[in-house]
Amino acid sequence: MASVSFDSVTKKFGDFTAVSDLGIEIGDGEFVCLLGPSGCGKTTTLRMIAGLETPTSGRVRIGDRDVTFMHPKDRKISMVFQDYALYPHMNLADNIAYPLKVRGESQEKRHARAREVADVLKIGQLLERMPSQISGGQQQRTSLARALVYPSDVYLFDEPLSNLDAKLRLEARGFLNHLQRDMGMTAVYVTHDQAEAMALATRIAVMDAGIVVQYAPPLEVYRRPATTFVANFVGNPPMNLLPVEAMIADGALHLRAGGLAVVPLKVTRAAAKALEAGRSLTLGVRPEHLAVASGGEENTIEGELFANENMGPEALVTLEREDTARFTARIFTDEMVALEGRVRLGFAADHIHLFDGEGLRLPLDGEEG
Amino acid sequence: MTRYLSLYFTRIGFSVATALLGAVFALPLIWFIFAPFNPRAELGLAVPDPFSLANFETVFQNAFALRGLWNSLIQSVGGVILVGAGATLASYALSRSPIRGKNVITYILLLFSSVVSGSAAMVPIFLIVNGMGLIDTHIAVILVFAGGLLPTAMFILRDFIDGIPKSYEESAMVAGASPVQAFFDVALPVIRPGVVVVVVWAFVNIWGSFLIPFILLRSSEKMPASVAIYSFYSEAGTPIVTLLAAYSLLYSLPVIVLYLFVSWKFGFRFFGGIKA
Ligand SMILES: Nc1ncnc2c1ncn2[C@@H]1O[C@H](COP(=O)(O)OP(=O)(O)OP(=O)(O)O)[C@@H](O)[C@H]1O
Ligand SMILES: [Mg+2]
Repeated sequence: MASVSFDSVTKKFGDFTAVSDLGIEIGDGEFVCLLGPSGCGKTTTLRMIAGLETPTSGRVRIGDRDVTFMHPKDRKISMVFQDYALYPHMNLADNIAYPLKVRGESQEKRHARAREVADVLKIGQLLERMPSQISGGQQQRTSLARALVYPSDVYLFDEPLSNLDAKLRLEARGFLNHLQRDMGMTAVYVTHDQAEAMALATRIAVMDAGIVVQYAPPLEVYRRPATTFVANFVGNPPMNLLPVEAMIADGALHLRAGGLAVVPLKVTRAAAKALEAGRSLTLGVRPEHLAVASGGEENTIEGELFANENMGPEALVTLEREDTARFTARIFTDEMVALEGRVRLGFAADHIHLFDGEGLRLPLDGEEG
Repeated sequence: MTRYLSLYFTRIGFSVATALLGAVFALPLIWFIFAPFNPRAELGLAVPDPFSLANFETVFQNAFALRGLWNSLIQSVGGVILVGAGATLASYALSRSPIRGKNVITYILLLFSSVVSGSAAMVPIFLIVNGMGLIDTHIAVILVFAGGLLPTAMFILRDFIDGIPKSYEESAMVAGASPVQAFFDVALPVIRPGVVVVVVWAFVNIWGSFLIPFILLRSSEKMPASVAIYSFYSEAGTPIVTLLAAYSLLYSLPVIVLYLFVSWKFGFRFFGGIKA
C-alpha cells in the first residue's frame, strides 16, 4: 500500500483541457472516490495514476516514487475497468491468473492462487468457463479477482459497478466496503453515482469540468458542500436551491424571495463581504430537512403542490412556486401524506445553506472559516 | 381470399424463378465435379459412365503441371506469411499509436496498392525486379504479391482492430505486461479472426493469379499452377477438356481445404468478451 499524490497536474487533449491543475493527495490506506458528472475528467485522472495517460504538465507520485512517465507495468497497481476487459480467449482461471503469469509464476502456483481469490469472490466453481459464458455480475467479480490476485500499492476502479443491475450493485458495493475494511487498501474509485461515493469513500473528490471543487470526507461534502454544484450533485434528491435577495439591516442578515420566510441570520464576515459584491445569494435546503409545516410563519416556504410521491418508507413532496422554482421535501412517514392546494414546508434554521453570487459556500454562524 | 391466393402464386412464382437462377449458376459447378471423373468428358454436362480416375492418372504423369501446384504453394504460403505478419503488425501499430496523420497514411497506401498490383504497373515492376536481379525467382513473385496485397490487408485489419477496445491491452499492461507481452498474450488472440480473414483472402488472391508469375518467371520448373494449366491446351490452343477438368479440381482443392480448415479451427467469427 502507498499514498498517491498529484502535483498541479494538467491534462489536455489538443486544445481541450480534461483535467486542470489537480493537486490532491490520497493517503495510505484511503479509499478516495472521484465523483462528478459525465465528461468531467474522472477517468482521465484515474488513467494518469495508471500510466495509461501522461499528464501534459505536473507530477504524479505513488508513495515516494515519481511515476509521471513510468510505464503502467512498473507502477505496482491494479485496475478494474468499466467494461471489465476480460480476455475472451482465456477461461476464468487464466484470466484471473494472468498478472501472475507475466510475473513468471508457475502454472500450478498461479492457478492455486486464482482459485483462492475466486473462492473468496464466490466464482470458484466457474474457473473453467469462458468470459462469454458467465453473467454480468460474475464478469464483474472476475475482473475484481484479477485485480486482487497480486499485491499492489494502489487499486484503481473505473465505475466497476455501472454495468450491474440495481440489486447486484448494492451487493457488490457492500462487498467492496467490506474488502476495504479488511485489506485497508489504498483505492481510487471513479463513479458518477453519489450514493456509491458516500457509501464507500473515506474522502470524496467532487469534480466539475476538470476541476476538483471539493475534496473532503463524505459527511463533510454532504453537510458543508463547497459550491452549489456540489450541493446539487450530492444527495438524492438534490439540495433545493433558491435565489434570494439579501440585505443587512438591524445587524442581521435578511433573506427575501416570494413565498419564503427566513428568520434573520447572524451576519458573518463572509456574508458581509459577499454582500459587497451583490445582493443576490442562493439559499439551499436539503429535502430531508424539510417538513410539512402546520402553521407558523418562520422558516417556511410556500407554493402549490406539484407532486406527492410515496416511496415506501418516505414520501417526496414537491411544491411549485409562482416563478416555477420547485422545492422537494423528503418526508419520512409510513403513511401517505394527504396534501392539496397550497402547501407550506418548514425547515430548521441550523439546516440552511447559503452560497454567494458565484455559487461558493458562505459559512453561517457556528461554522468555522 | 383472392388476395391470399394471389400472394400464394406470387410466392410460388418467385421461388421457381430463384430456383431456375440457382440452377443456372449450379450447372458449371456440377460439371466441375463430374467432368474430372469422366474419361469422355466434353463441354456438355454428363454423368460419368463409367466413373473413372483415368484423367487423374494422365495428369499425374505431367511433371510440369504437378510442379506447378507445388510452386503455387511455395509462392502463396510465402506471400501469405509476409502479408499476414506485415499487415498484423502494421495495422496494429496504425490503430493503436497516437501518431497524427495515420489515416492519411492508410489511405495513401491503399491508393498506391491499387496501382502497384494493377497491370498498369507491370512494366515498372518488371524493371525493378530485373534491376534487383530477382527475375525468375520465387522471392520476386512473393515480394510483388506482398507489396500489392499488404495495403488492402492493412486497411481491412486496421478497421477490425479499431473496433476492438484498447482496454484489453491496457488491462494487461496495468497487470504487469510489457507492450510486447500484451500484444502476443492478449491483442493477437483477440484480433486473430481478422488475421485469418486476411490470410485466406491473400492466399486465394495469390493462388489464382496468373499475370505476375507469368511475367516475372522464365523457367518452366518455377511456374505456378495458374500458368502450368496451359500445358493442358493443345498446340492449336484448344483445351483438352478431360485433363483440364481433372487438373482444375486439383488446383482448387487447396483453397477449399483452407476454407474448411479455417472455419473448423477458428470459425469466421469474433468472440466478444466485453460487456456491452
Ligand atoms: N483520448 C481523448 N482524446 C480527446 N478527448 C478526450 C480523450 N479522452 C477523454 N477526452 C475528453 O476529456 C473529457 C474527460 O473525459 P473522461 O473520460 O475523463 O470523463 P469521465 O469523467 O470519466 O466521464 P464519464 O463519467 O462519462 O466516464 C471528456 O470531455 C472527453 O471527451
Ligand atoms: Mg469515465
